Parts: sequence; structure tokens; C-alpha cells
Amino acid sequence: MVNPNVEGKKYPATAPYLVGREKIREFAHAVMSTNPVNLDVFAAQAAGYTDVVAPPTFAVVIQERSLATVLSDPEADIDFSRVVHGDQRFVHVRPIVAGDELTSTLKVASVKSLGGHSMVTFETEIFDTNNELVSTAISTLVVRGDE
Amino acid sequence: MTHINLASLEVGQVIGSQEFLLTRDSLVRYAGASGDFNPIHYRDDFAQSVGLAGVLAHGMLTMGVAVQVAANWVGDAGKVIDYGVRFTKPVFVDAALGAVVVVTGKIGEIDAENGIVRIDLSVVCNETNVLGKAQAKVRL
Repeated sequence: MVNPNVEGKKYPATAPYLVGREKIREFAHAVMSTNPVNLDVFAAQAAGYTDVVAPPTFAVVIQERSLATVLSDPEADIDFSRVVHGDQRFVHVRPIVAGDELTSTLKVASVKSLGGHSMVTFETEIFDTNNELVSTAISTLVVRGDE
Repeated sequence: MTHINLASLEVGQVIGSQEFLLTRDSLVRYAGASGDFNPIHYRDDFAQSVGLAGVLAHGMLTMGVAVQVAANWVGDAGKVIDYGVRFTKPVFVDAALGAVVVVTGKIGEIDAENGIVRIDLSVVCNETNVLGKAQAKVRL
């Protein structure tokens, strides 16, 4: 079971992640985007962006980095082999664009027990180099109990 | 600026529907793009060893594909300001046939004052809803 005492725990900021133009295109192809702002610099600039725009779920790449810090935290005691993704949400202040250098901080928003399972909700806040909030990624993992 | 006239929209209106074929190739491509290399998404023997019927799509792949319907409707993917889903059922991806995911978007709510429209997505594979409460808010 996940340690309920980690509710509210905050983890240190991850190392900066530089968002590359080709990484955005690669991700956009992987999620079957044909949206011009994801792929074409001129289309993105015509829409008012500095460079190609990341698809709405790209922030998961940043979230994964901050989740790795908590999954390796012995205090949290999360058995990754028993983890199932329960739900996911992204709230964007602005879209992520190529050239962004992003850091993230993770907070354990809640730990709940439900019928022998634990449900852990994480909030990852993603910041740019001006320390402005870009996106918040909220993820609930279900950790199956011992059966 | 978009081509959409807010005043012409109605709650319940279908804004688009698309079919996506997820194959094992799609899963490998998404694994590389996202960095999620959990072998349940590309190895049948591993998936079966943890009690699954076979290889399944990353929930995040299904989520990422489904929102394309909302992004295509608004025309600019950067206008999706809020997007959330529940992962309700796995999408098993047959090695030969893949899996077809059908996504239909409807208008769920109109916030005319702020120019924000909520799109409710139905995401169906084999006649089963695989995502729950899939809602994307777009700023027009």
C-alpha cells in the first residue's frame, strides 16, 4: 500500500527539458495529429506562435520525469508493477512550443484507499525559464493491493 | 480567430467523428515519442505474464489520438486549454489486425462570455467505451 503520509509531499524541480521541434513533430505523428500548428513552422507562426506547438497531451513527457522522482522515493513505497493509470488531465495556461525549456515540480495531492487498492493523485506544475506556469498535469494512479 | 461562430453552436451538436487504426507499429512509435517503454505495450509474452489478454495500447496514446477530433474542429491544437479523461477499459491491439478506435465529439457546454466550448468525446473500440469523461475545453 502507498504510504498515506506522503499526501502533500512536494518533490524538487526536475532538470530543465528543452522542447525540440522534431520532438514535437515526432510526438504529433505518434498521436496521429494532422494539425498544421503541430507540424509546420509557418502555419504555427501564422497562428501567432514562435514555433511549432506541442499537441495537448505532450506535457505527459514532462510529467513522466517528475513521476520518476516519486516512484523512486522509498518513503512513498509505490510498487510500479502494480500501477494502472486511472485518469489524466492537462490544464494549459499556454501551449508548449518548440524552444521552451521546462522544469516541473510534483506534489502528491492525495492518497486514498479504496477496497484494498490505493489511489494516488499527483499534480505536476510545469514552468518555463521565466518561472511562469505553462501547464498543470494531474494524474491519478491506481496501485493494486496484495491479493 | 477561428472559423467558428460561437452563436451558431448548440449543446449536443456533433462537431466531428474520426476513425483511428491503432497497430503495433503505432504503439512502438508512441513508445519512442513519449518515452513510455512499458513492455505490456509491445510484448505479448510479457502482457500475458501480468495477467493481460495481450498487448494493449498506452492509455495516453488513446487519449492523445482522441483529442485530435477537438483540435481539428477548432483548427489550432494550441487552443485546447484543458483536457481530461478516465481510463475505463483497455484497448487490446491485435498483432495482425490492430484495433479501430472511433472518436465522436459533441458540444457539452458553451461558455459564451469567455469564448470557451467544452467538447465531450466518445471513444469507442469494439463497441465499448474505452475512455470515460473525456472532455476537452477549447478557446475560440
